[in-house]
Amino acid sequence: MARRPLIALLAAAASTAFAPASAVELRPYTVVGDAIPASLTRARGDATRGRALVVERASTCILCHSGPFPEQAFQGDLAPNLAGSGSRWTEGQLRLRLVDASHLNAMTIMPSYYRVDGLARVGNSWRGKPILSAEQIEDIVAYLVTLRE
Amino acid sequence: MKIALCIAFVTTMASVAFATEIPQSERRSGYSFMSADTKAMQDEDTANPGMLFVLDGETLWKRKAGSADKACADCHNDARVSMKGIAAHYPAFEKALGRPVDLEGRINLCRTNHQQASPFAYESRELLALSAYVAQQSRGVPIAAGDDPELAPFVEKGRELFMQRQGQLNLGCTNCHDDNWDKKLAGSAITQGQPTGYPLYRLEWQSLGSLQRRLRACITGIRAQAYDYGSPELVELELYLKSRARGMPIETPAVRP
Ligand code: HEC
Ligand code: HEC
Repeated sequence: MARRPLIALLAAAASTAFAPASAVELRPYTVVGDAIPASLTRARGDATRGRALVVERASTCILCHSGPFPEQAFQGDLAPNLAGSGSRWTEGQLRLRLVDASHLNAMTIMPSYYRVDGLARVGNSWRGKPILSAEQIEDIVAYLVTLRE
Repeated sequence: MKIALCIAFVTTMASVAFATEIPQSERRSGYSFMSADTKAMQDEDTANPGMLFVLDGETLWKRKAGSADKACADCHNDARVSMKGIAAHYPAFEKALGRPVDLEGRINLCRTNHQQASPFAYESRELLALSAYVAQQSRGVPIAAGDDPELAPFVEKGRELFMQRQGQLNLGCTNCHDDNWDKKLAGSAITQGQPTGYPLYRLEWQSLGSLQRRLRACITGIRAQAYDYGSPELVELELYLKSRARGMPIETPAVRP
């Protein structure tokens, strides 16, 4: 039987996600209301890559969320099902939820995927780096907007 | 004015709702979240891989060691009598150090002070075996740690560490183990984090492991810097967890997925 070291998986692969050892410079962005309307990279993300990222455990999404991922046997139930995200939220709203969900709900357990400040005791291999890169955020946003119901 | 009061009320409610401890009647051991197979493995001594460590511990208990050439048994005699209920009170306040020590720490203090031997490394086969043997003498005894008034400030520090958000994922222990213990993290049950069975055999580890090992795994899981083995912070967390589990029976050596 496959025994998965789950909590270890939360931490897995993070050190390989970003090549530079030095602190990562975050791209500036502007919050308008409850959204970040403009792409972090000035370019459109790739929805296929976005889906692959969402179901990959190292991205951590499906540890908490479930969604339309029939091939994934293990999905979380700590958070809303991602199906229909694109009907409920605009692209800009989804972007802010990924970049910094705590901006909308200070008590949320959803991590801020594009933030490096205001965090305590971050482990050496992750310090100064966002969980996801701007490109990865844009890919995931491009995928989430396709989830319509 | 009315609105301000309302908001203040709502805010208070929110912080209360997130900081509540699990009521005594709802406390559940990690055991109760397991499959029938894994439960059977823990229940049946001949199937429980932790029992091999307990047997090793019994041998070590009787073996003379150090320049004092004394065995644990030379001071404490029959562990089945002298060690019954002891693990249920650990971590305990150590006057000479002015701080709490856990069971592993106590065993190592006996090594250095009474046997004049070198302390065992954390997670060494010897330390796991001896602590499993000692804790097994408390099987079924309700946890009663943290009562000593001198421990109060350390229990409080452990509680703060448990509540604190940390790591790149910015999560506190409480977010999973108080607020979401009835849920699943991917496929796996999030338990209440009750330290009833340590040291315990984890199928994932293919070995016995200490409570400190488990805590370091959860800390690394939220991508925070893990405290060193034996550090005051880990002992404070152990102490808080034990006082939070007051009244729950010891299961050592437990089995977990
Ligand atoms: C530790 C838990 C956790 C992780 C990991 C997590 N989320 Fe969330 N997410 C939540 C919770 C809880 C909510 C509900 C709103 C809130 O609390 O802010 C949420 C809300 C959302 C929403 C809005 C859902 C709706 O329809 O209301 C989207 C979209 C979302 N998350 C996407 C993601 C993606 C994509 C990832 C990974 C890159 C991710 N989340 C990782 C916990 C998590
Ligand atoms: C993102 C969720 C999450 C966070 C945050 C978290 N844990 Fe855990 N914890 C788990 C999971 C999942 C398990 C594994 C359950 C199992 O299989 O025993 C676990 C297991 C445990 C256990 C073992 C319970 C048993 O029955 O043996 C303890 C003790 C524990 N955690 C304490 C902590 C402490 C202390 C912290 C904070 C430093 C913490 N956890 C943070 C998810 C989490």
